[in-house]
Amino acid sequence: MAAESGKIDPMHQFEVAPLGGGFNLGGHEVLFTNSALWMIVAAIALGLFMWGGMRRQLVPGRWQAAVEGFTGFISSMMTQNIGSEGRKFTPYVFSLFMFILFCNLLGMLPLGIVGVHPFTVTSHIAITGVLALISFAIVLVVGFWRHGLHFFSLFVPHGTPLPMVPVIAPIEFVSFMVRPFSLGLRLFVAMTAGHVLLKVLSGFVINGFNAETLWLGSIVSVLSFILMIGISALELLVAGIQAYVFALLTSLYINDAVNLH
Amino acid sequence: MPQIAQLTADNWYLASQLFWLLIVFAGIYVVIGRGMLPKIEATVDARDRKVADDLAAAKAAHAAADNLEESYRQQSDASRAAAQKAVAEAKDKAARDAEKRLAKVDAELAEKLTAAEADVSAARTSAMAEIESVAAEAAGDLVAKLSGVKVAAADAKAAVKAVIHG
Repeated sequence: MAAESGKIDPMHQFEVAPLGGGFNLGGHEVLFTNSALWMIVAAIALGLFMWGGMRRQLVPGRWQAAVEGFTGFISSMMTQNIGSEGRKFTPYVFSLFMFILFCNLLGMLPLGIVGVHPFTVTSHIAITGVLALISFAIVLVVGFWRHGLHFFSLFVPHGTPLPMVPVIAPIEFVSFMVRPFSLGLRLFVAMTAGHVLLKVLSGFVINGFNAETLWLGSIVSVLSFILMIGISALELLVAGIQAYVFALLTSLYINDAVNLH
Repeated sequence: MPQIAQLTADNWYLASQLFWLLIVFAGIYVVIGRGMLPKIEATVDARDRKVADDLAAAKAAHAAADNLEESYRQQSDASRAAAQKAVAEAKDKAARDAEKRLAKVDAELAEKLTAAEADVSAARTSAMAEIESVAAEAAGDLVAKLSGVKVAAADAKAAVKAVIHG
């Protein structure tokens, strides 16, 4: 951050910087970046968390109960939304939910205090968009695999009067095609907005204490800091909710593909 | 916004993001989603099944205990009734026995009484006879002493008899 110039760029935190050498993949250079690093950190943290819940005791300890709480949460969501066939998709939705949740939460960690710059992987549309496209692709593949061309009846909601079909079908088609964008954008925007807000407020805190009229700047700093505490709590909530929304919508879309209407 | 600026500006950005995302997410899916999750779910399912089984067993044991209690109650009712019947019978029998024995004793006593009465009357008769003979003798002696007349024993007897019997 360009702190020495007195200006703090709230967008700098989203910049992907190469950390190590890469290789060429189809004409594109693939580098090891801070984004990749934090994805791997999230994966390792998730792996450790899950590993702690693998004791398979009849009476679970705290850690096992926490892990089983997460798995039970997702699998009950899948069976509620899709039915007994939903269990087939639980591994995917669970991986999705936990990956997004861990990326969101890791980006919130106050590691800047010890000089490490956390990077929020899910604040990148390139990441969330790809995850949304994977979900969308699963919906398409499952839908056409199970129902063939009958899958197109998804665009005619049950009970639509025949004269309305030519009007309803295009609308349904557009809303269906918009799904991956809305799915990816929602997470990307929520994460970006929260982190920008926090960074702007932290800029106020720093600049307030550096101001020429110290008493006025101090008031601004203290107020901003109090606000930051509240917003950090809110962002932790958002981190969980956005991961949940992503998983929930994915399960609803898969339900459309599995059960049509 | 670097997320979009880098998307178009840096040649390596999208390729790197995609490559590492796919690698990491595939790893998570395979290791955690396919590897660890089913085991954890199996643990949970096994526990749920065990709890359900235990509950069913407890319910069955409860029902068995209820049945046992019911049969015990019936049994005790039956045995109490039997005991009461036996007691009543015994009482009845004892009463009848006592009656019988009493009757027998009564009869014996009556017999003894009549025998005794007979003895008494016989004794009285013989005593009377003896008294008569003694009195006749005494009367004969008295007459002889007083008047010197020898009275025949039969006459004395008749005279005494006439005096005694009025």
